[in-house]
Amino acid sequence: MPVETTLADSLCAHGISRRGFLKFCTMLASLMALPPSAVPAVAAALEKAKRPSVIWLSFQECTGCTESLTRSAAPTIESLIFNVVSLDYHHTLQAASGEGAEAARHQAMQENWGKYLCVVDGSIPIGNPGYSTIAGVANADMLRETAEGAAAVVAVGSCAAFGGLPYADPNPTGAVPVSELVTDKPIVNVSGCPPIPVVISGVLAHFLIFGGIPELDTLGRPRVFYGQTIHDRCYRRPFYDKGLFARSFDDEGAKRGWCLYTLGCKGPMTYNACATAKWNQGTSFPIEAGHGCIGCSQPNFWDAGGFYQPLSLPTGAVTQTAAYAAAAGAAAGLAAGALYRRHKHARQAVHESVTVDDLEKPDKS
Amino acid sequence: MNSVDFLQWVRGPAFDAAVVIFVLGVIFRLFGILMLGKKPDLAEPRGGEWGPGLRTVLSRSLPDRGTFRREPVTVVAGYVFHIGFFITLFLSAPHIELFHAWFGLRWPALPTPLVDASAVITLLALVFLLAYRLANPVRRFLSGFEDYFVWGVTLLPVLTGYLAYHHLRLPYHALLALHILAVELLLVAFPFTHLMHTFTLFVARWYNGAASGRRGVVS
Ligand code: SF4
Repeated sequence: MPVETTLADSLCAHGISRRGFLKFCTMLASLMALPPSAVPAVAAALEKAKRPSVIWLSFQECTGCTESLTRSAAPTIESLIFNVVSLDYHHTLQAASGEGAEAARHQAMQENWGKYLCVVDGSIPIGNPGYSTIAGVANADMLRETAEGAAAVVAVGSCAAFGGLPYADPNPTGAVPVSELVTDKPIVNVSGCPPIPVVISGVLAHFLIFGGIPELDTLGRPRVFYGQTIHDRCYRRPFYDKGLFARSFDDEGAKRGWCLYTLGCKGPMTYNACATAKWNQGTSFPIEAGHGCIGCSQPNFWDAGGFYQPLSLPTGAVTQTAAYAAAAGAAAGLAAGALYRRHKHARQAVHESVTVDDLEKPDKS
Repeated sequence: MNSVDFLQWVRGPAFDAAVVIFVLGVIFRLFGILMLGKKPDLAEPRGGEWGPGLRTVLSRSLPDRGTFRREPVTVVAGYVFHIGFFITLFLSAPHIELFHAWFGLRWPALPTPLVDASAVITLLALVFLLAYRLANPVRRFLSGFEDYFVWGVTLLPVLTGYLAYHHLRLPYHALLALHILAVELLLVAFPFTHLMHTFTLFVARWYNGAASGRRGVVS
């Protein structure tokens, strides 16, 4: 494996023009909140960067994250940056399978011990290891083994980062996110279902440029990409601020592009770069296509109430609960009242009437 | 628990619990009061009950001249607070969404800037009333823990709602969670404090008016 090849050589070999490369660097720099003056430095660092070895483990996942990165209408530069890292092991993309593939993983681990990046997509079942195995190796064992020699672990997608769909209630496989099994390595959570391609490659680029992992938020996500909510950068925000909301997906408000909060948009609680980086080569993002944000880069978004339920609404069936509570309250109130009355009547029954004569009689005893 | 989990918790189990305590408590107390009943009045009625009862509900809801002259500040600030609170609660779009989800009823919302202004006025009225209470030794002497507690649980939902709406200080979802939590506190405190007046005051006014009407006197 020609690990010595630099990124610039590879891009060149893939027919990427210098102009295209600089464009990518500019986008990356702006996404990473670096000033425009940093672009040449980013480009220089990227050009000189050695191809890092990447071992990509796919566990309980839907391959959407890999699709996000590789399946664009036209090959994007961010997918190419992936082609030029030394992707030494990737279940879905590699030709080899079974033990042959495992041999490739072991070889890459040995050759790059302590330096390679371990990328994980999918959650790991620990309820019963048999739920997901590769070449007879349980996911949890493979993750522990591979993470041990990694420089860092990148949890790509909400399943790897937070458990995602397999983790959703009732979590039949006992799925856990990477961070529950790997505790002694830096972990970068690149959440999203799937994550934005440029964010995945941005994290890799950061690793190449600065030789380490980016600054993370409390959920382990790179601040540069997950530092703001969708709502903070949403182009529909002026409508939100004016209180103009679409009430259905085809009413006048929806046609005029009003805010989707009342249709269940989770933008206000969702930290991601969709509103700025956008999807499909910068075409648009879900809210621009007329659908509210579902909050896919947040932990437990599957269980965070209905996708079409406004964020401010309680998630439970409150009306029903309240009806039961009202019935119980009424019953308890009636019972307490009846008790009180009984007490009152009992007291009245033993009450002895006293007349003036009684009062005038001398003491009975 | 991070702030997003916290939001899920206050929207989910915590809210359910608060609503159960609120509904159960309020209905329990109302039924308890109504079950006290009324002694049969054997005297011949000198007038109707309903008319005078309803009239008293209305007349006691308006400030009478004597009280106004003695305590203009309490009366005005009290009205401002109550009206502002009701506008903020019932005429803001997100709240109407909530009522719609529960009761299937929807009514037009006020434009957001107006609701916003009413929230600010409500807050100012509350702060002012507290200061006014504290400034006078007699009022201060008459106030106990419950008065300050009720003041606090009433202020918090308005304050956190205002902050959440404007995304001040904390991220929106954290503020939203605090806002919902503040509302839950209010709901839980409701049946056990004199916040209950919301439900009892009209009944009480009607009762007084009806009793006077029956005796043929003006209440
Ligand atoms: S559409 Fe969603 S993210 Fe955009 S302003 Fe409305 S609530 Fe915020």
